[in-house]
Amino acid sequence: MAPLAPWIKGTLLTLGSIAVTMLGLLFITFIIGRVMPIDPVLAIVGERASQSTYDAVYLELGLDKPLLVQFFYYIWDVIRGDFGTSLLNARPVSEDIARVFPATLELATLGVIVGIVLGIPLGVVAAVRKGSWIDQIARVIALVGYSMPIFWLGLMGLLIFYGILGWVGGPGRVGIFYVDVVPSVTGMILIDSLIDGNWDVFKDAFSHIVLPASLLGYYSLAYISRMTRSFMLEQLSAEYVTTARVKGMSEWNVIWKHAFKNIRVQLITVIALSYANLLEGSVLTEIIFSWPGIGSYITTALLSADMNAVLGGTVVVGLIFILLNIFSDLLYKVFDPRAR
Amino acid sequence: MSDTTSWRGWLLSDTPTSRRHAKLSALYQGWLSFRSNTMAMFGLGILVTLILIALAAPLLAPHDPFVQNLGNRLAPLGTEGHVLGTDSLGRDILSRLIYGSRITLYIVALVALIAPIAGLLVGTVSGYAGGWIDVVLMRITDIFLAFPRLVLALAFVAALGAGIENAVLAISLTAWPPYARIARAETLTIRSSDYIAAIRLQGAGALRIITRHIWPLCISSLIVRVTLDMAGIILAAAGLGFLGLGAQPPSPEWGAMISEGRRFILDHWWVATMPGLAIFTVSLAFNLLGDGLRDVLDPKSSEK
Repeated sequence: MAPLAPWIKGTLLTLGSIAVTMLGLLFITFIIGRVMPIDPVLAIVGERASQSTYDAVYLELGLDKPLLVQFFYYIWDVIRGDFGTSLLNARPVSEDIARVFPATLELATLGVIVGIVLGIPLGVVAAVRKGSWIDQIARVIALVGYSMPIFWLGLMGLLIFYGILGWVGGPGRVGIFYVDVVPSVTGMILIDSLIDGNWDVFKDAFSHIVLPASLLGYYSLAYISRMTRSFMLEQLSAEYVTTARVKGMSEWNVIWKHAFKNIRVQLITVIALSYANLLEGSVLTEIIFSWPGIGSYITTALLSADMNAVLGGTVVVGLIFILLNIFSDLLYKVFDPRAR
Repeated sequence: MSDTTSWRGWLLSDTPTSRRHAKLSALYQGWLSFRSNTMAMFGLGILVTLILIALAAPLLAPHDPFVQNLGNRLAPLGTEGHVLGTDSLGRDILSRLIYGSRITLYIVALVALIAPIAGLLVGTVSGYAGGWIDVVLMRITDIFLAFPRLVLALAFVAALGAGIENAVLAISLTAWPPYARIARAETLTIRSSDYIAAIRLQGAGALRIITRHIWPLCISSLIVRVTLDMAGIILAAAGLGFLGLGAQPPSPEWGAMISEGRRFILDHWWVATMPGLAIFTVSLAFNLLGDGLRDVLDPKSSEK
């Protein structure tokens, strides 16, 4: 039995680093909120409020306190899930985010599934047949993925598959006849329509999500296939692979049972990272496809100077990003004995 | 011809006669191996062309990029006098693309100066000083690294206000941490080498060691990283422009042009397509060049 102490120490260290990183995140959003050229009091009371109203709100927001005290108030609010109220619709920002987030989650999840299903086999084949035409094609696919502006590719996709060919649904999550037809349980329309057993809605929702999800999938495919390829190359040049081949093991078994088995942990890390990147990449994609997710929410709020909503959205996306990063780190430590 | 061969001979000689000779000969050999990489040369070619286009924009552009002609709006490709058509205000798209190359280069050049220099400062100080300075600086770097970059840039631009300079600042603020990491790693290996100990014994101070002996050795790996990051910088800048947070209209910034053309995408596809192709070409060129440079300058990390 290994002693328990290093485990506890490791866990404490991880928790500590999560706490410090999150504190840093909140500090940055706090500073951004303070250097804003927009007066938060004026934004609430309006231009024509009397001086006494202005002062009352000024005190209520705690703006008379020292900055450090204000920062602690801010942290306390965030811990309780309070991001203030949106200036646009006077609703709590946290409620708004909870409403729009499932749409982003649905899109990013489908995207990363596309990336995994296509990216890993492509990467493996490119490594096994290094230098062949498949490897060249995989390289071009990745290179184009790294170089293409995602919003432009989205527009082109809409133009070709919706405008010209008419294969997929247009912008939005469902067609206008299907809006609010199924009750919202998870907020993810594909799952909600399945729960409701409404196939028409499911089919319509699928025709709308398939294009933006494939688009995001393409970007994670570019990354996942490249990483898979370089991990596989490293394994295939190892001596145990040569030994297995010399023993007469079939090429299929060498690749999948030996080499691939050894890169699974690294791949999970890569997938977690590309999932985090997709949540972010969905900002621009959502705008192109009028997808009512957190990316659209932040940008709409930005353009109308609704600062509580912008910062609340930034904090939520940042937290998820940090958690996914740490999660992939942890997986690595748990599954790879060498990293312990 | 004999002149060039003797130059070649001098550059390729095995016994350099001076430090400058050795340096030049190393550079020349790097260039030779870079030149054999077709794709990288292709990327370099595109970028040189882009720089020439940006320099000669007033000579090359067939029209003024800002002059509107509402009588001739949304003209298709190949229209007389407007090879790439016109946009929703009748402005010549080709001329706007040509002038837009200046904005793209301006943004890339600024970010490529600010972010690596900031990273170099943080990284070398952190690596050389060690102790709690190192812990604090690296913690801050990690915090920035843990951020989603585009969202952070969005929040910064929201706070600073829209505009090219603020977009540059926001992108730089999100781009410096990887450079700091690289510079720190290099510093840690250089710091413990014998020649640094020798200089220290001669009485050189920390400032002199960092600026004269550590910085020069960090630069080549930073350059590779910058070139590889350029494509990302261009895409980020175009994304901010597309969202209306970067260059403001009527400026012919490529991302903003796509945003303008978006409204007509189904009927007048070329308005949004052409600037997108321009962005794609340039960032592809940077990616190709970066791959090639990495092979030459940093053979350890190149893909087999």
